[in-house]
Amino acid sequence: MGSRASSLLREEDIEEIKKETGFSHSQITRLYSRFHSLDKGENGALSREDFQRIPELAINPLGDRIINAFFPEGEDQVNFRGFMRTLAHFRPVEDNEKNKDLTSGEPLNSRTNKLHFAFQLYDLDRDDKISRDELLQVLRMMVGVNISDEQLGSIADRTIQEADTNGDMCISFSEFTKVLEKVDVEQKMSIRFLH
Amino acid sequence: MKGKISYIDQNNFLHQAVNMFFSAVKLGILTLGVYGIDSLLQPASSGQSMNCSFSHFLIESTSLEEELKDIRRNYPSPSSSEFDMSDAFYFCRRGIESIVDDEVTKCFTAEELESWNLLTRSNYNFNHISSRLTVLWGLGVVIRYGFLLPLRLTLAITGVGLLVVLTAMIGFLPNGRMKNFLSEKVHLMCYRICVRALTAIITYHHSENKPKNGGICVANHTSPIDVIILASDGCYAMVGQIHGGLMGLIQRSMVKACPHIWFERSEVKDRHLVAKRLSDHVKDKSKLPILIFPEGTCINNTSVMMFKKGSFEIGSTVYPVAIKYDPRFGEAFWNSSQFGMMNYLLRMMSSWAIVCSVWYLPPMIRQEGEDAMQFANRVKAAIARQGGLVDLLWDGGLKRGKVKDTFKEEQQKLYSKILVGTQEVRSRS
Repeated sequence: MGSRASSLLREEDIEEIKKETGFSHSQITRLYSRFHSLDKGENGALSREDFQRIPELAINPLGDRIINAFFPEGEDQVNFRGFMRTLAHFRPVEDNEKNKDLTSGEPLNSRTNKLHFAFQLYDLDRDDKISRDELLQVLRMMVGVNISDEQLGSIADRTIQEADTNGDMCISFSEFTKVLEKVDVEQKMSIRFLH
Repeated sequence: MKGKISYIDQNNFLHQAVNMFFSAVKLGILTLGVYGIDSLLQPASSGQSMNCSFSHFLIESTSLEEELKDIRRNYPSPSSSEFDMSDAFYFCRRGIESIVDDEVTKCFTAEELESWNLLTRSNYNFNHISSRLTVLWGLGVVIRYGFLLPLRLTLAITGVGLLVVLTAMIGFLPNGRMKNFLSEKVHLMCYRICVRALTAIITYHHSENKPKNGGICVANHTSPIDVIILASDGCYAMVGQIHGGLMGLIQRSMVKACPHIWFERSEVKDRHLVAKRLSDHVKDKSKLPILIFPEGTCINNTSVMMFKKGSFEIGSTVYPVAIKYDPRFGEAFWNSSQFGMMNYLLRMMSSWAIVCSVWYLPPMIRQEGEDAMQFANRVKAAIARQGGLVDLLWDGGLKRGKVKDTFKEEQQKLYSKILVGTQEVRSRS
């Protein structure tokens, strides 16, 4: 029957989100009811605490980085539009979209945008390059206390060495893309949204 | 003594008369519910189907390893580095999946219905569908609030009042068979009146497995009504915290007629004291079986969450009971963060009916080499299977508290093992 709050989402908003993200009408209403159930404060926006309340996300080693990706620079609240915009990156790429020549710009779930999402997981200060320190910090999040600093450092050094082509000891987005060019990003960075 | 028995007989007669009347009403409601409502409404396009799937909250090491190998398979890495930038994809995807839908947070809100049951509280979408429906709904409101609710309230007050008065009177009797016999009769009668007060239509299955003296009865917990439902079919010793007010009054008078286990607020934290009192009780075969809800909190009746192992350490026979409510006639789940007890009771008494099934499962005992937690999980699996509920390993305490850090550390350990091999990690932890 739909969600408690679907009456608060207007048709015009749904149409706009549809155009921007490519989700279907029913997917948008379903995600809106999910958004509403996470919004404990009922103020139309999610805070970091609201995300932390999901146990499976709280135990994910990269949970904090993923939550951060929803919030634009310097903000503490994300509204439904922002929520959908971020989730849109994970929409599967349909076959008929792969060859479409889009004049309205690249869709949010294109390969490049998916890679950019992953790039931002590593790029902590959002300066468009991954430094050794940033890589170390993210690695530390993923392995916890189980690997020594020296070993982690050498892993980070090796990774940067392989990826870095212009010698600045940082990984830029194009270098990142080059390293992962053979990976099936479209499939690995997509989830199934129920209709 | 004779006077008391005839008083009880009179009430039995009244009780039976009310029974017959309510059976007629129930039949009418059920007919309306099953045929009328369903045919009027369009079924929703998205239904939620809960199936019995055992869900493991830890990423299994094999699936993590397979995923990472799969991501990297398309290109052979020239160097010996085990780490790859694409490793983050796996965690990222799992994280986003849990944001879109997770199995825990939805256990703490009422289940969504596939089609509306003419109760405003289950109407999530306030759109106007048809005026025919609105008229029906209005009629429903009149019936429920004008007719059913006053009747039910009267019954409830009668039931509770009788319980307090009669158990206090029985308390004056000397301990012995007569006292136990009378206490049993009084308890059963009063609980049955309360069941009528809620118009609860209960189907008991496998009554041959009913709990016996010296055992512990465990059941899944959805609302405080569970107690009334189980206690109207058999006598149990209750376990709980002493409250103040009306609840406390009821508790104190119940314990005069037969031994229940009530704890002071301060004693609840002391696990050893709790365990001792419970085991003392079960050792005495003349005492009634204990009724415990090991989840510790109300869950929305679509899943069964982690059982606390305290009651499974005691070592007596465990009688599992599965309770499943039919949400179409009235949602029984008590969402204590949304509304308090009085509001909840009002909702219960103004729904159509509370329909539920109770299955008495065969008794289980802890086997050799099984620790309390494994035993608890085995009982939980049996209850989930019987009731058609999802068996979860998550703790019901997550309703109010944060998840423990140890789970995150487990995941980090798993990933570290893949990165550098088991040997290195073991030597460090």
